[in-house]
Amino acid sequence: MTRTIRAALTCAAALGAFSATPAAADAIGACLITKTDTNPFFVKMREGATAAAAEKGITLQTYAGRIDGDVENQIAAVESCIAAGVSGILITPSDSRALAPAVTQARAAGILVIALDTPFEPADTASATFATDNFRAGVLIGEWAAATLGDAAASARIATLDLNASQISVDYLRNQGFMTGFGIDVKDPTRIGDEDDGRIVGSDVTNGNEEGGRTAMENLLQVDPAINVVYTINEPAAAGAYEALRAMGRQNEVLIVSVDGGCPGVRNVAEGVIGATSMQFPLRMASMGIEAIAAFAADGTEPANAEGLDFFNTGVTLVTDKPVDGIPSITSDEALGLCWG
Amino acid sequence: MTTTPPPPPRPGPVSGRGPSDFETGLAASPQGVARFEAPRRTPLAGIQHLLHATPTLVPVIVLALSILVFGLIAGERFFSPFNLSLILQQVSIIGILAAAQSLIVLTAGIDLSVAAIMVLMSVVSGKLAITMGVPAPLALGASFALGTLAGMLNGLMVARLKLPPFIVTLGTWNIFFALNLWFSGAQSIRSQDIDAAAPLLKFFGNSFRVAGANITFGSILMVVIFAVLWYVLNRTAWGRHVYAIGDDKAAAELAGIRTDRVLVQVYALAGFICAIGAWAAIGRVGSISPQSFYEGNLQSITAVVIGGISLFGGRGSIMGALFGALIVGVFQSGLRLAGVDVLWQVFAIGWLIIIAVAIDQWIRKVSA
Amino acid sequence: MNREPILKARGLVKRYGRVTALDDCDFDLMPGEILAVIGDNGAGKSSLIKALSGAIAIDEGEITLDGQPVSFASPLAARDAGIETVYQTLALSPALSIVENMFMGREWRRPGLAGRWFRALDRDRMRAFARDKLSELGLMTIQNIDQPVETLSGGQRQGVAVARAAAFGSRVVILDEPTAALGVKESRRVLELILDVKSRGIPIILISHNMPHVFEVADRIHVHRLGRRLCVIDPREHSMSDAVAYMTGAKAPH
Repeated sequence: MTRTIRAALTCAAALGAFSATPAAADAIGACLITKTDTNPFFVKMREGATAAAAEKGITLQTYAGRIDGDVENQIAAVESCIAAGVSGILITPSDSRALAPAVTQARAAGILVIALDTPFEPADTASATFATDNFRAGVLIGEWAAATLGDAAASARIATLDLNASQISVDYLRNQGFMTGFGIDVKDPTRIGDEDDGRIVGSDVTNGNEEGGRTAMENLLQVDPAINVVYTINEPAAAGAYEALRAMGRQNEVLIVSVDGGCPGVRNVAEGVIGATSMQFPLRMASMGIEAIAAFAADGTEPANAEGLDFFNTGVTLVTDKPVDGIPSITSDEALGLCWG
Repeated sequence: MTTTPPPPPRPGPVSGRGPSDFETGLAASPQGVARFEAPRRTPLAGIQHLLHATPTLVPVIVLALSILVFGLIAGERFFSPFNLSLILQQVSIIGILAAAQSLIVLTAGIDLSVAAIMVLMSVVSGKLAITMGVPAPLALGASFALGTLAGMLNGLMVARLKLPPFIVTLGTWNIFFALNLWFSGAQSIRSQDIDAAAPLLKFFGNSFRVAGANITFGSILMVVIFAVLWYVLNRTAWGRHVYAIGDDKAAAELAGIRTDRVLVQVYALAGFICAIGAWAAIGRVGSISPQSFYEGNLQSITAVVIGGISLFGGRGSIMGALFGALIVGVFQSGLRLAGVDVLWQVFAIGWLIIIAVAIDQWIRKVSA
Repeated sequence: MNREPILKARGLVKRYGRVTALDDCDFDLMPGEILAVIGDNGAGKSSLIKALSGAIAIDEGEITLDGQPVSFASPLAARDAGIETVYQTLALSPALSIVENMFMGREWRRPGLAGRWFRALDRDRMRAFARDKLSELGLMTIQNIDQPVETLSGGQRQGVAVARAAAFGSRVVILDEPTAALGVKESRRVLELILDVKSRGIPIILISHNMPHVFEVADRIHVHRLGRRLCVIDPREHSMSDAVAYMTGAKAPH
């Protein structure tokens, strides 16, 4: 990343004329399109982008869908950004495939499109992807859960609380990562629910909020009251699941793992509601995205992916107060200084 | 100008077609026209008439049948008192929203903002009580007042400005949603923080056990709200006016109902019920989540429609909405326990809605 | 013949922009009579009726009810003063029952706690009253007083609307085209009903286009032309063709 920026600075003078996109007339333009502006994750992302843009003198426009899965508004936002002649678009696609045509159109117009947080399918739809390694995030909590259970892992009763029926990439990457980390044969790694491991009780969708988490947990407990490992798509869903377990007096017998690193989630780790969570870094994601756009606007440099991945890894860290050997982690205390929201 | 004084009352007409005409007419059909004939009906038409007279019969039958069928498919796990009470608990919030929605729909309106009002009010009471340290009863009182006000705002725009309810509430849905995000900072208030600062907010999450069933206070609240509204709608003049307005607003106006005033009251009452629902929702979810119940508006309309309340207004019983909410809950629970994928639950609910509206149309044809 | 009109209007004027709908119009309704109002379309007949029933505010003129000057701000005010109007649309709620329609807007509450605090309707008393009133008017062939109005025939609905107008101690009943939408048999039944109401001592203003019906039941006929009362004729002394001729201006009243 820093290499890119340095290259950008050296070439900026020579290639200044190259970036003669409409917006380059006075200031460089950039767009941030998030799934929603309700989730603190995206709020933090916007903060990061806004701060970085101010620093780089970039004019930033922000857009958001109304709800997760709101494809139409995101397409409209991409179109507005093309019309505005921006140099780069940072987008967290609500649907990994449905937005591809709009993004292709934007790239054809000479715009750098960086997927933040959620990769496109295929990933090279966008110029680059700056994301949490969601699969890795899942693996970390899967490994942690298996190690914590020890021998009991062989007879675990597992429930997975996923996002929604569309099975978008974040959803299956975290889920399948968790399964892999726990030592389950995932079959098709892009498909939730095709596993035949007898330890899996079932999965249900939560829409990533507390209400959905609670209802899904209640439903799965009706299928098998002996569930003792619960994977959740995010921390609000985990909080909902905990309420369901507490209503049945089982909160102390069940291991809940999650992904996100939001501050309420980290506090829930501290209080033992969540056993472990994989923390991601939305602020870093967005600020790096803006830097990449600045570099691209300056000399056309496109960001490069991390070794062996088809995206630029912005990092993931396991947060737990019950660390296990062999899996690096930080405590909830340390995480409170890093969390978002 | 000639003005003839009025003659004394006289038995029959003199001029025109003459008295003979009149009397033969009478003789020919002394009472026949006004008689309510009991026509012979086919069994199907008989059912149609029965359903017309008792509109809640359809949802009750569907509910009973679906409980029976899922009981057979999913067995003990579905049919246990615990699971049935769980369904009651899971539908309680959407049920309360459906009660508010029913009031609006009975006036031939629709309210897309019910869930937005509810979530906003749960955030208001939570923020006041937990973040700002206002005593919990005061915080709840404020949320009730603001919820009523929010509903009244809808009502004033519908009744006084004569704007279509769909448009008004589509607008306020967005407005209340934005206010919710602004006020909450899009942040959930955690369950543990509520327990520490204002446990009263989670009052309706409390429960007791009876014969294996786990009944939450929230479930009871829902049933009580429906019972009270049933009484108000069926046993008070105000309730009958609500029906009359939904049935034919112009006729109600001519019959002496101050329709605009009643409409504003209906929307305000719906807002108040949403605010009570907000309190119950905190107990149900555990935390105060600005992002929950995003689809609550449509789910409440679904319950109302499946419950046989006509979207054209004036027809159907509020109890139908309760049964409608329960039918959705039973389908979701039953299909899940039968191992059916989520998308097929959505599929099934879709068909339920269409069938319910088709039945409503069919029943309405009885009037002739 | 010295009786005073129960409802009297003098010099009514109503203008809509440059159109004068009522032009110095007079009107008299005597106690206990059926007064028919006839007139060509556009003669200002409906403006006159609206002025009397409070649906429009007059620009000039005076209306007195039982000798007292009145001015109605709304149909409700007219109704409160005892002038009941049965509109051509009937103003019934089809999905509600006969009783509910009869009592719409003036429901009776139960005595005591239930009524005062819980606002409970006195449904039994309302049913009994409605049944009485319908029987008085010979309408009790309607079997079930709780059946929705939409299950009634057109004539029966008219009957319910007329019963509602006549039931609550009203002093004047205005009937707007009561037979316009009905068949021959049902019209006959409704005319009979109008005479029944009259026999109860309630004066009736009957607006109708149907000359045979008018001549059959009316005691006097108010002929309206060009925004004012042209004449009042006695149906026993004039033929229908006379009336039509006055109405259309083909012939001047003597």
